[in-house]
Amino acid sequence: MNFLFLAKLKASKFFRTLFGKKHSKIGIYGPPNAGKTTLANRIVRDWTGDAVGPVSEVPHETRRARRKEDITITGANGSSISIDIVDTPGVTTKIDYHEFLEYGLEKEEAVGRAREATEGVAEAMHWLRGDLDGVIYMLDSTQDPFMQVNIMMIGIIESRKLPVVIVANKIDLPDAAPQRIRSAFPQHPVVQISGMEGKNIESLYDAMTEIFG
Amino acid sequence: MIQGVQIDFVSADRMARLGMMEKIRLILDDVRAGRIVVLERGLAPEEQSKLIEVTMMEISPGGFSGIEIETYPTREGNEGLGGFFSRFVGKKPDESRLTVIGPANQLKTLKKDEGLISAWVSSR
Ligand SMILES: Nc1nc2c(ncn2[C@@H]2O[C@H](COP(=O)(O)OP(=O)(O)OP(=O)(O)O)[C@@H](O)[C@H]2O)c(=O)[nH]1
Ligand SMILES: [Mg+2]
Repeated sequence: MNFLFLAKLKASKFFRTLFGKKHSKIGIYGPPNAGKTTLANRIVRDWTGDAVGPVSEVPHETRRARRKEDITITGANGSSISIDIVDTPGVTTKIDYHEFLEYGLEKEEAVGRAREATEGVAEAMHWLRGDLDGVIYMLDSTQDPFMQVNIMMIGIIESRKLPVVIVANKIDLPDAAPQRIRSAFPQHPVVQISGMEGKNIESLYDAMTEIFG
Repeated sequence: MIQGVQIDFVSADRMARLGMMEKIRLILDDVRAGRIVVLERGLAPEEQSKLIEVTMMEISPGGFSGIEIETYPTREGNEGLGGFFSRFVGKKPDESRLTVIGPANQLKTLKKDEGLISAWVSSR
């Protein structure tokens, strides 16, 4: 690694601890339904006692980026980070309101949901282009990690040089295959968890203090 | 009228002469007209990000429902050490590759692996 860069990093960490002001903004990204809000709620509940937003089996439940400020996470290694968590709408390249009808929504409601979802995704892309210091990229371990949207998003995150932790979620499900996610993105740390059951969540907190600290 | 789907193959040179928004307009105007666009060389990450954003802004219920996009993975990243090493020898990390973009309601990806994209196109 470049020594000047390392020195700069150390200096900035030193000043951050000294003044205790700088909060990293960490965005939770991933395709619809990956479990982003479930995880955001768990992180916020574990470290502050509050919640972020509603969870649903219907895709595009989150249609506005929601921020929860000032969360201090301590890893098993003893180091702490202070972060703001931004839960974002699931990113996709297509939205058809007919999809929501299959979940029993009325047409009007489905159309409204689609409209909000498109606005939310546009906003999430905007955040990614300037407002974040790190990303948790969430994937459902039962789904194909090679979906084009994942390849694009990881490429975008890399091009912004943002530190990233990939989460292989839903490992409680019998057909979960977190190994596929590891081989899809060998260049990044992958932590496998069940955000719903809390399984292995400590490993994620460790990884977060390491990667975002 | 003959039934069919128009496919536009856009050369890397042609794209290289365009600015970011011009590229995105070219793609979305084509796709919204029901055409398939094949780019000899894909979009940079920044352009992909903007493409997703503009696509979202143009979706309307009952009308345009977005895009389907497929590209081969960039050589960097999927080659482990090779990709890592290429950073030191100064190879551009975002060398993107052949990319197929079409209307989501007409273009379906059937199969994709490292060297093959199989797509199915329906006329409207
Ligand atoms: N089995 C299992 N289900 C999970 C897990 N995490 C989330 N889910 C379920 O997956 C569905 C989607 O969860 P959300 O947290 O709303 O997902 P999201 O990524 O925020 O979805 P959008 O906001 O729509 O993009 C819900 O039915 C959750 O209960 C998990 O670890 N295991
Ligand atoms: Mg959500």
